[in-house]
Amino acid sequence: MKSFANLAIEKALARRATYADVRVMDIRHRDISTKNGQVGRMSEGESLGLGLRVIVDGSWGFASTDRLTAQGIESCAAEAVAIAQASAMAKRHDVVLAPEQSFVDTWQNPFVKDPFLIPIESQIAVLLAADAEMRKVNGVTLAEGSMSFRRIEQLFVSSIGSAIHQVKMQSGAGIVATSFAGEEIQKRSYPNSFGGQHMLRGYELIEELDLVRHATRIAEECVALHKAEKCPEGKRTIILDSSQLGLQIHESIGHPIELDRVLGMEANFAGMSFLTLDKLNSLRYGSDIVNVVADARLAHGPGLGTFGYDDEGVPAQCTPIISNGQFTGYLTNRETAAAIGQPRSNGTMRTEGWNRLPIIRMTNISILPGDRKFEDLIADTDDGIYMETNRSWSIDDRRYHFQFSTEIGWEIKNGKRGRMIKTPSYSGITTEFWNSCDAICSRDYWTLWGTPNCGKGQPMQTMGTGHGAAPARFRNVKVGIASSE
Amino acid sequence: MPKPAKRKKAPRARVSSGHKGLAAHDHRLGPSELRRIAEKIFKLSEADETEVDVSAVTSALTRFANNTIHQNVAEQGITISVRAVVDGRTARASTNKTDEESLRRVTAAALELAQMQPRNPDLLPMLGPQKLQKVDRFNAKTAAATPADRARAVKHVCDMAERQKQTTAGIFSTGLSEFALANSRGLFEYYQDTRAEFSVTMLEKDSSGWAKATSARIDEIDSEELAERASRKAAESRSPREIPAGQYTAILEPPAVLDLVGFLFYDFAGTCVEDQRSCFTGRMGKKLFGENISIWDDVYHPLQLGPPFDGEGMPRQRVRLVDRGVPVNLVYARSTAKKMKTKPTGHGFSLPSEDGEAPFNLVFSDGNSSTEEMIRSTERGLLITRLWYIREVDPYKKVLTGMTRDGTFLVEDGRVAGAVRNFRFNQSIIDMLANVEMMGPAVRASGEESFDMVVPAMKVRDFHFTEVTKF
Repeated sequence: MKSFANLAIEKALARRATYADVRVMDIRHRDISTKNGQVGRMSEGESLGLGLRVIVDGSWGFASTDRLTAQGIESCAAEAVAIAQASAMAKRHDVVLAPEQSFVDTWQNPFVKDPFLIPIESQIAVLLAADAEMRKVNGVTLAEGSMSFRRIEQLFVSSIGSAIHQVKMQSGAGIVATSFAGEEIQKRSYPNSFGGQHMLRGYELIEELDLVRHATRIAEECVALHKAEKCPEGKRTIILDSSQLGLQIHESIGHPIELDRVLGMEANFAGMSFLTLDKLNSLRYGSDIVNVVADARLAHGPGLGTFGYDDEGVPAQCTPIISNGQFTGYLTNRETAAAIGQPRSNGTMRTEGWNRLPIIRMTNISILPGDRKFEDLIADTDDGIYMETNRSWSIDDRRYHFQFSTEIGWEIKNGKRGRMIKTPSYSGITTEFWNSCDAICSRDYWTLWGTPNCGKGQPMQTMGTGHGAAPARFRNVKVGIASSE
Repeated sequence: MPKPAKRKKAPRARVSSGHKGLAAHDHRLGPSELRRIAEKIFKLSEADETEVDVSAVTSALTRFANNTIHQNVAEQGITISVRAVVDGRTARASTNKTDEESLRRVTAAALELAQMQPRNPDLLPMLGPQKLQKVDRFNAKTAAATPADRARAVKHVCDMAERQKQTTAGIFSTGLSEFALANSRGLFEYYQDTRAEFSVTMLEKDSSGWAKATSARIDEIDSEELAERASRKAAESRSPREIPAGQYTAILEPPAVLDLVGFLFYDFAGTCVEDQRSCFTGRMGKKLFGENISIWDDVYHPLQLGPPFDGEGMPRQRVRLVDRGVPVNLVYARSTAKKMKTKPTGHGFSLPSEDGEAPFNLVFSDGNSSTEEMIRSTERGLLITRLWYIREVDPYKKVLTGMTRDGTFLVEDGRVAGAVRNFRFNQSIIDMLANVEMMGPAVRASGEESFDMVVPAMKVRDFHFTEVTKF
C-alpha cells in the first residue's frame, strides 16, 4: 500500500500540485441473507484501489483507479491534475485549508471474533433458526434475516507528511417478520429496522444480539398489530425508544449541522440547512436537558462513526453540538473550518471507498444520557404513546419539517403501558420538537446504534453513522398525520 | 439521510440500466477482453456450472455550488464477479483484481461459499446462448467528454447565475460502462452504454428552481436551457406565502410524477406478489387506476437505457403491466416463473438473490395536454416542480409521504398566482393514478428518488397535502 500511496503523491507534486492526499483502501465484505427458510443472498467480495485528491492552481481535482501499477498510478495522478486545472476555469477563489499537523500512526478498532473466520455454515444456521422461529407463529407471511461484515484496511498519505494506517472491522445483523392480512401489511424488526444493528465490532456483536431468542416475540407482535388500535390524531406526549430517537437525531440534528450543507455545497441534491451561520452559539436548539455531541473517539464506543483519523488525516475528536439546549457546533472539514474562521477541522471527512472523494459525514452523533429510569418515565406519564422501531422517515431539504412512523406503539394511560397501536406516526418542526423534550433515560438505557446506509454526495456515497440514544419523552407533539384519508 | 438512504428498495440487478456519473476518455476494454477474462475463470473453475459477470466503468462528475466548481472527480474500475453452482447450491464472490492469482482465488471462493450452504430447490440450470435484440446506447462523443468540456458548460451556467444575481449548484457528469455476462454453458452477452447527466439548482434569498436531464448522448443535454428554466423558477418563486394544507388539485411536472410512481416498480415483481408484500397482491385483474393509465416495461423504448438481458442472461421482454387501469401482468425471473407456473420475462436479478426480479424500464401512457393547458383548466390547485425525501408509509394502500421542493406555486382561476411555502404530502399512489384528469406527452424524466422512466406531466385531483414547512 505504502509504495502505491507514495508514488501517487510524488507524481501529483511533480505535476505542480500544491497539496495532495491519497487513500489506498482494501475492502472486504461478506453478505448473507435468508428468506422463508432458504438462503437468499450469499456473497463475498474484495475491492482494492486508490483515490488521489490534489490542489492545483488553487482548485480541487480527484481521480481514482484500481490499476495499481506505476503506469496506472501515473495516469491517475495526471487525470487528477487535469481535473483540478479544469476546476480552476470556474474558480472564484483559491482553496484554503485550516492548518493541521502531520501524523504517522496506526489504528485498529478492537474486536474479539473475526467474522470472516467464523464458518459461514454457522452464520447461516443462526439466521435459519431465527427464521424458523418466526414462521412458527401463525400469521407470519414472510420471515427474513441478514448479516453483513466489512473489513476496511486503508492507508492515508498526504503531502504534508502524514502516513496513517487504519483497519476497521464492522459487523451487523437483523431479522424481520412480515404479516399480510386483510388489506394490511405489518412488520416487526429486531433489533432495529433496515438491517438491524451494526457496529465496529467482531462476531461477538452477532452473538450478543441473540437473534433466535427475539424471533418469536417480534413475530407475535407483528401478527398482533393487525388487531391493534389506529394511531389517534392530535397533540400527545410521546416517548421514543432509543433506536427511533437515534434516527430522529440523525435526521434533525446530524444532517443540519453538516457545514457543507450550511454553506450551500449540497444545495442541488441533499439540500441545505436551517442552521445558518448566525445561529451558532445563539439558537435554542432544544430544552436544557438536551446535550448532543459528535464523537468519533473510541472512548465514545465502537460506533459506525468511530475511527482514529478522518479521511483527510485529522484525528478523531469530540465536538459539543448542543450544550444544555444551546446550538454550539457544526461538523467541519479543513476547507469549511477555514471558511468560517475556525482554527481547525473537527475531523468529519469520510469516504465510502477508494473511488470516492471524502466529504463531511456524521461521525457518532449522540444525545448524552439523562437520569431517568425507563419504568419511571412510563409511570410518570398520564396520557401518551410509546413508539418503537422506525418504519418510515422523511424530512424537508433544510431539515425543518419531519414526519416519522414506527412499527409499533403502545398507549400510555395513567402511568401504565396499555393497548397496542399500529404504525404510530408523529411530525413536527425540528427546534420545536427538541425544545419539547422533558426527560431522557439514563446510561443504563443508552445504546450506540449504527445506521449503515446514510446517503449523501454526488456520486452518491453510502456511509455508516453512529447514534447513541436513550428513550426520551417529548410533550405536545402532533401524532397520527401519516395517512391519506 | 439514511438510505435506504433515499429509500429502501429492492436491490437492482447487477445488470444496471446505466451508471450514474461517468467518463472522461474512452477506456473501453471491449467484448474480446471481457470474454478473455471470463474464459480464464472457466478454466480455473471446478464448479458444476460457472457464471462470470465483468463490469468496467469509467466516469467523471463535475460538481458546482456557490457559482464555482467545488468538487470534480473521476473514477475507473473493473469488477469481476463469479457465481459457482455445485450440487444444487450457488454463491457469488467478486474482486476488482485481475491478476492470475486473484482470479484463481475468487473462483475458488465462489465454489467454497456455494458448498457451505443448503441445497436450493428453486435453482435452475444456467442458460445456454440466447438471441438478443440489438440496442445502441453508446455515444462516442459522450465517452470522449473531458474535464474541460464539463468545466466550460458549468462556467457558462455560473456566469449566468452571477448575471441574474442568483446562486447556482449542480452537477455535470459523463461516462461509459461495459458489462459482459458469460457462463460455462456457452452464453456470452455484452452491453455498453454512455450517460450524460446535468442537474442544476438556482437559488435566491427565499426561493429556488431546479431542472435536470439525462441521456446517452451528450448532445441532447442542453445545460443552458436547463439553467434558464431553473433560473426562471427561482425568480417566479420569490416571496412564497403560506397557504393552508389540504386537498388540492396537483399539477405534477414529469420529475414529480416519476419520483412518486417510481415507488411502484418492485410491486410489479412476481416475487413481491408471491411474498405478499406487493400492493398488487390479490388485486391483479381488478381495476385500480383510471382508464387513462397503462404502464409497460420496455427496455427497447427509444427513451430508455439499459441492457436487453437480465441477470441470468434472459432476453428482456416488453411487458404490459397495466392495461387501462387494470394490473394485468407481472415480471418474472426464471425461478419465480417456475414457482408461479408462468413464463420468465427476462427481468431477473443476478443470482443468488431473494428479491427475484423487477422492471427497470417503465413507460407510462400519456396525453397531449401542455402544462399551460393544465394550469388554464384549474380553478384552484398547486403546480409542483419536484418532490423530495419520499418514503412509504403504507405498503398496501401505497401511501407515500414526502415534501415539495424548488418551485411550488398556487394556481387560481386558470393562472399561476404566485409561489407558496413547501408542503408535506401523504398520498396513496393507487388513489392518485385513479384521479388523473389530464396528461402531457411522456418524456424521459429524471429525479432523485427513482431511476429514470418515461412518464408524462399529470393533473391529479384531490392530492393530500397534510402540513406546511417554514420556507
